Amino acid sequence: MRALVLALVLLATPAAVSPVVAPAWAVIDPREMLPDPEQEQRARTIGKELRCLVCQNQSIDDSNAGLAQDLRRIVRERVTAGDSNDQVIAFVTDRYGDYVRLTPPFNAATAALWVSPVLVLALGGLAVFGFYRRRQVIDAPAPLTEEERARLARLSAE
Amino acid sequence: MIPELGHFALVLALLLAAAQSILPLVGAARGEVRGALLMATGPTTAIGHAVFVATAFGCLMWSFAVSDFSVENVYQNSHSLKPMLYKITGTWGNHEGSMVLWLLILALCSAAVAAFGQNLPATLKARVLAVLGMVATGFLLFTILTSNPFNRVWPLPENGQDLNPLLQDPGLAFHPPFLYLGYVGTAVAFAFACAALIEGRVDAAWGRWVRPWTLAAWCSLTLGIGLGSWWAYYELGWGGFWFWDPVENASLMPWLLATALLHSAIVVEKREALKVWTILLALLTFSLSLLGTFLVRSGVLNSVHAFANDPERGVFILILLAITVGGSLLLFAWRAPSLEPKGIFSPISREGSLVLNNLLFATACAVVFVGTLYPLFADLMFDAKITVGPPFYNATVFPVFVPLLVAMAVGPLLPWKRADLWAALARLRLAAAIVLAFAVLYIAMVDRRLLPALGFALALWVVLAAGTDLAERIRLGRIPLRESLARARGLPRGAVGGIIAHAAIGICLAGIAGKGIAPERITLMRPGEITTVGPHTLRFDGQRDIIGPNWRGTAGVLTLLRDGEPVAILEPQRRFYPVQRMATTEAAIRTSGIADLYAVIGETSAEGATVVRLHWNPLAPWIWVGTVLMAVGGLVSLTDRRLRVGAPARRRREAAVPAAAE
Repeated sequence: MRALVLALVLLATPAAVSPVVAPAWAVIDPREMLPDPEQEQRARTIGKELRCLVCQNQSIDDSNAGLAQDLRRIVRERVTAGDSNDQVIAFVTDRYGDYVRLTPPFNAATAALWVSPVLVLALGGLAVFGFYRRRQVIDAPAPLTEEERARLARLSAE
Repeated sequence: MIPELGHFALVLALLLAAAQSILPLVGAARGEVRGALLMATGPTTAIGHAVFVATAFGCLMWSFAVSDFSVENVYQNSHSLKPMLYKITGTWGNHEGSMVLWLLILALCSAAVAAFGQNLPATLKARVLAVLGMVATGFLLFTILTSNPFNRVWPLPENGQDLNPLLQDPGLAFHPPFLYLGYVGTAVAFAFACAALIEGRVDAAWGRWVRPWTLAAWCSLTLGIGLGSWWAYYELGWGGFWFWDPVENASLMPWLLATALLHSAIVVEKREALKVWTILLALLTFSLSLLGTFLVRSGVLNSVHAFANDPERGVFILILLAITVGGSLLLFAWRAPSLEPKGIFSPISREGSLVLNNLLFATACAVVFVGTLYPLFADLMFDAKITVGPPFYNATVFPVFVPLLVAMAVGPLLPWKRADLWAALARLRLAAAIVLAFAVLYIAMVDRRLLPALGFALALWVVLAAGTDLAERIRLGRIPLRESLARARGLPRGAVGGIIAHAAIGICLAGIAGKGIAPERITLMRPGEITTVGPHTLRFDGQRDIIGPNWRGTAGVLTLLRDGEPVAILEPQRRFYPVQRMATTEAAIRTSGIADLYAVIGETSAEGATVVRLHWNPLAPWIWVGTVLMAVGGLVSLTDRRLRVGAPARRRREAAVPAAAE
C-alpha cells in the first residue's frame, strides 16, 4: 500500500517530476524475482506492457526508478495471488488509467489509432488502383498519323 | 570577442540568406536574359552565407574548446575537466549548438549546389538556391531570436555544469551530425521539388539531379539512425536497440519516406512516370524532417531524448513548419496538375514493383506518424491520456514490412513496362527452396517460436534474392565463369549498390530476429561464483574502483571461462558524474562478429553480492553491420556514371560527402 501511495504522489506531478528524475537504466535486482520461473516469465511479459510513469517512455521492466520497482513488486504480488495477465494489467490500469498501458486499449478514443494502419493501406491501395485504371484510359496509344506511318515505312525500308 | 564575432557572423549570414531567397527568384521570373544578373546573385549569396555560418560555427566550437564559461551555452553544457573530444562534440550536444550545426550543413549544401551546379539550367538553379535560402532564413531567424548560442553570463562562473553524461560518448557524439546531414539533404530534394513546381517541368534530367542528393541524405540518415541505436544498445544497459521512442520515430519517418523517394526517383529518371508523386514525396520527406526537429526541440512529446526543450521555441518551429508544409503543399496543389504524365506501365513491371514499394513505405511511415502523434491528439480531442508504446508499433509496422520484404526480392528481377511475374518467380525457385528447407529445419531442430523463425527466413530470402539478382545479371552458370566475372566488373554501380543495400537489409533483419531469441541471465553474484548464459560460462571476480577525467566508478570483473580456463575478461562499469549528479552504466560487450556477449553490473548488496545481468545476443552485431552496408550500398550507387554526367557533377557530389566528416 505504501508503494501505491508513493506512486500516486509521484503521478500527481508527472510533468514537473519527469525531467528531474535522471534516466535510471535497468539492472533488475534478482531478489525481486519470483521463485517459480514460469510466474517470473509472466511477470516480465506483463512488465513490458506497463509504462513507468515517471520515466521518459520506458516500460517498468526497463527502468530502475523507484516507481517502476514498486510497480514490478505489485505485478509480482498479483501474479503470485493467481491473477491472469489481463487481470494484473486491469488491476494496474484501474489505479493509474490507460496512460500506464503501452498497448493502448481499443475504445472510442483510440479507435482511429487502431483502424489507421488498415485505413491508410486501403486508401493507398485504392489510389494505386485508380492510378492504373486512369492510365489505361489515357494511355491507350493513339493511332499512328499519316506522317508517322510514312516515316515508319521509310525506316523499315532502310 | 570571439563569441561576438560569431554572433555578428550569424546576423550577416541571415542578411545574405534573405537576399539569396529573393533575388535569384526575381531574376528567374524575369527570364534567362533579363534576369541573368539577378540570378547570378544566387551562387554568391549562397557561398557568402555558408562562409558566415561556418565562421559562427567555428567561433562556437572555439568557445567550447577553450572552455569560455562566460558564454552561457558553454557554461551550461561543458566543464573544464571534460575530455577534449567531448568539448568539441559538445558544440552540438545542446539545443543552440545543434541548431548552428543544422544551419552549417544546410549552408554547405546550398553552397555545393551553387558551386558545382554549372550543368543545371540557369533558372532551375536560381530557384533551387532561392528555396534553400528561404529555409535557411527561417532557421537563422529561429536561432538568432530564440536560441542564440552566444549569450554571455555575468558574473563569470568558475566552472561549467558539464554535458549530460549520456552524451559523452563517441557513438552519440557523431549521431547528430549524420542525422542532420540526412535531414538537410532532404531539404535539397525539397528545394528541387519546389523549383520544378515553379518551373512547371519535371523530366529525366530532374530525376538524375535529385537522386544523388536523396541518396546522400538517405545514407547519412541510415548511418545516423544506426549510430543512435548502437549507442542505445551499449549505453542504456539492457541491450535493447530500438524503443519506438517519439524522437527515434521522428528520425525513422523521414528515413522511410526518403527510401520511398529514392525508389520513385528511379522511375522518374528511367521512365518519366510517377512525377507528381515523386514531387509530393520530396515535399513530405523534408516536412517530416522539420517535424522531427519540432518534436525534439519543443518537448511536445516526452522522450528519452528531450535534453533541451522549451515550448516557446516549439511555437516558433511550429510556425516555420506550417509555412514550409503549407506553402509547399499549396504550390503543389496549384502547379502539380500542369505536370504531364508520361510513361505507360502495367502493374506487373519494375515500375509496378516500385509503386508497391512506395505504397508500403508510405503506409509504414503513416502508421509511425499516427502512433507518434496520437497521444497528443487523444489528449486534445478526447481528453484521454494514453500511451502508444512498442507493442503497438510491433503489431502494426511489422505486418507492413513482411509483404515489403517478400516483394523486394521479386522487384529487381522484373523488367520495365510489362513483366511476366511467373518468369521472375521461377528464377527465385532455388532461393525459395533453400528458405523453405531452412524454415522447416529451424523450427524442427532449433526453436519453435514463430516470430524469430519468420524473421530469419525473411532475412535469408532477402539475401538470397539479392544474390539471385546478381547471378542473373552476370548470367552466372549460363556462360563461362570468366565472362560472368567480366560482366560483374562491367555492371553499373547503381545496380551493384542496389544489390548491396538489399542484401544489407537481410543482414540487418537477421540481427533483429536474433535479438528475439537472445537468452539472458540476471543473478546475484559473490566474488568467485560462476554462472552461465547461452553457451558461455563466466566467473565473477569482484569489483575495482576506477577514476575517469570527470567521473568515478566501479568496474565488475567477469572472467570468461572455456573448459575452466580464463580466455577473456569483461569489465562492465557503473559511473557517477559528480557535476551532473548522474549515474550511468557502461556495458561490457565481447563480440565474435556472430554473437555478442553482453554484461552489465548493478548495485552491490550489504552482504557483498552484486547484481549481474548477462545477455547472449546471437547475430546482434549484424544489425549494425547491415546498417553500415546499407549506407555503403548507397555510396556505391552514388558513384554510378549515370549520376555524374560531366566533371562538374562529380565534384559536386564529392563536396556533399566531406560534410559528413564535419
